Amino acid sequence: MTSNGISTPFSRRSVLKGLGASTGLIAAPGFMRYAQAQSSEPIRIGFQCHRTGIGASYGRWYERTTMAAAKLINEAGGINGRPLEIVIEDDGTDPARGAEVVEKFANQHKVDLVYGTLFSHVVVGSAPAAGELKMPYYVVSEGYHVASGKLNRYCLQPGITDVKAQVRSVAPWIADNLGKKVTLVYPDYAFGHDHRDFFEPAIQAQGGEVVAKVAIPPTETSFTRYLPQIPRNTDVIYHVMVGPAVLTFVKELGEFFGNSGPQLFGFIDSLEAVNINSPGLEFLDGSHFWEGMPRYAQPDQPDYVDFYRKTVGINDEGASVNDANDVSTNAHMFGCWETLFIIKRAMEAANYQGPQDRQKLIEATEAMEEMEAGREHPQGRKIFNGKIHQAFGEQSISKLEGGRLNVVHRTSVEDGLYEAEADYTTQSF
Amino acid sequence: MGFGPYLLLATLEGLVTAAVLSLMALGLSLVFGVMRVVNVAHGEFFMLGAVLAWYFSSLVVGDPAIGFLLALALSPLVVALIAWLSDRLVLSRLKYEPEATIVATIGLLYIIQQLALTYYGADSRPVEAPFTWRIQLPWFGYSGYKLAVIGASILLVGLTALLMMRSRIGLIMRATQYDSETAQTFGIPVRRVYSAVFALGAALAAIAAVLVVPIRQAHYLMGQEPLLLSFIVVIIGGLGSLRGTVVAAVLIGLSDGIISMFFSPTLAKMLATLLVALVLVFRPQGLFGTAAR
Repeated sequence: MTSNGISTPFSRRSVLKGLGASTGLIAAPGFMRYAQAQSSEPIRIGFQCHRTGIGASYGRWYERTTMAAAKLINEAGGINGRPLEIVIEDDGTDPARGAEVVEKFANQHKVDLVYGTLFSHVVVGSAPAAGELKMPYYVVSEGYHVASGKLNRYCLQPGITDVKAQVRSVAPWIADNLGKKVTLVYPDYAFGHDHRDFFEPAIQAQGGEVVAKVAIPPTETSFTRYLPQIPRNTDVIYHVMVGPAVLTFVKELGEFFGNSGPQLFGFIDSLEAVNINSPGLEFLDGSHFWEGMPRYAQPDQPDYVDFYRKTVGINDEGASVNDANDVSTNAHMFGCWETLFIIKRAMEAANYQGPQDRQKLIEATEAMEEMEAGREHPQGRKIFNGKIHQAFGEQSISKLEGGRLNVVHRTSVEDGLYEAEADYTTQSF
Repeated sequence: MGFGPYLLLATLEGLVTAAVLSLMALGLSLVFGVMRVVNVAHGEFFMLGAVLAWYFSSLVVGDPAIGFLLALALSPLVVALIAWLSDRLVLSRLKYEPEATIVATIGLLYIIQQLALTYYGADSRPVEAPFTWRIQLPWFGYSGYKLAVIGASILLVGLTALLMMRSRIGLIMRATQYDSETAQTFGIPVRRVYSAVFALGAALAAIAAVLVVPIRQAHYLMGQEPLLLSFIVVIIGGLGSLRGTVVAAVLIGLSDGIISMFFSPTLAKMLATLLVALVLVFRPQGLFGTAAR
């Protein structure tokens, strides 16, 4: 506003009063309900998204996949004849913020359910809030925390295999093809501990052994100092790192060992959203990776995988079709797509009408078992265990060669299956 | 691996940390010494240096050394310019009052960080090292570039010391630091000296970042840890004392490298923090600082 005193027919005070009154009218209870019939109101899904913080690269692609799947669902008529609306809140990849976001979804946005969290510490931090607010919480995290039975009945992970099953699937292949003396390198928090705790029994069952465990604090930016802990008789270094420093880790591994190092088996989590041909990663050439879903288009991939990649908007190299430098998190983000379709199926089975049907929704999800590969499950077939709220799927092992990842082995669902160690269905709502 | 090689590796790693830390802490110490401004946004100037290094080096195709040298030349300049502007637009208007400048630089920290997130993004991106020599020792291999970083840092710290002790501009800065009012009465343009010092401090952080970015990567949150370590170094060395800053940086860098290798990184941080507490209790002016006049 200028200070030379232009006069208008409205005084500042009267404009403010008018604004206040009309806002009050719109916000008044009942106003919206009369304007719109109950049945055409959208189903609102709160998406707890890592837009900032260390999970932001994942968050960006989780968001794109979610929006692509939601658009597809809406084009096909929505859920129970109602459109699907995704409400996004940034949790900063922070557990405390995560819990606040769940509360905000419940009290302010009035969503039907909360969905989409990846980082395990955010899931563990948010789960109690979801339980208290009786808010269904569908995570896409791959941590073992849901299946462990330590969360509550409102927490489910139907769209992605957990670490325990992943590790059990790949251990036999590692022992047969790479070697039996394994050194584990993992981040020193829940996600890394899952790998530490489940890989050792899995490799021992194959006649192998873990010769050293190298825990690295999650905030670490330099790794050379940890590398002397790797014993010289190691056949295979099993590495799983997350966060912004992973490139450094791989580079320093290369500098330290040169060409004489052990075999490498990594979880692609380290290099999600990172161009595999980045400077410094040459050392990884010839090494193997676990992938939830292959980043690079494979020659024999089914039509539904083509459809999924096209709809989400990634090219044959797994980068955005709009920007070849914007590499996707394809080994994980399919979980968002599949989880949304599972929510749709469960809502239809439960004839979901609104928050009063949340228990029915959870029971309908728990009742699911077999999930066939196809457009709704592009990553492959899955079996869902309703007792532990966890899905089990096929895994890919890929070799990095010629600057791309080629799938060399695909595990079966049964390779990863384990006995349920908990039963959420016996918990009261 | 035997104890000897183990210690050698730990020392090398510690020296790299010390090299980067001395440059960065030198900038922080200079700004405090001359301007009495606690620059909380110093870590963000470091981050900005790394992010710009990525930007400039990605403009050049071909030999990575050209891109790196371009980044080394331009990135500190741009960061210095941004710092100069922040001084003109923000700090000078607050008349350099200590409390107000702390709050203002906290604000600056968030603004720079969020701008980086918005325009650079949340990914960490690599910058190729100008050369990739790998030195093969009998026990382990080591990056030749890391050794070059140590050398470059020694050179730059030497140049800064020379600038402060031997040049006319250094004399002016020291005069302003000693007593800004008297300096002003002798015709020294104190305001302009302040702007120049703030820009120089930020440029030192940016140079440290350009040197380190081929070892680590550029990421929008990378400024936080070095900021904390710089504060630790500056407090131990004595606020405003350049010699103290360098000695403390080497001390903290080496102890961080060696302790975290033989024990744990957490213990190294704990000991550094404990040292800060001890210094504050028994020698508040720092190891090399002079008591307040």
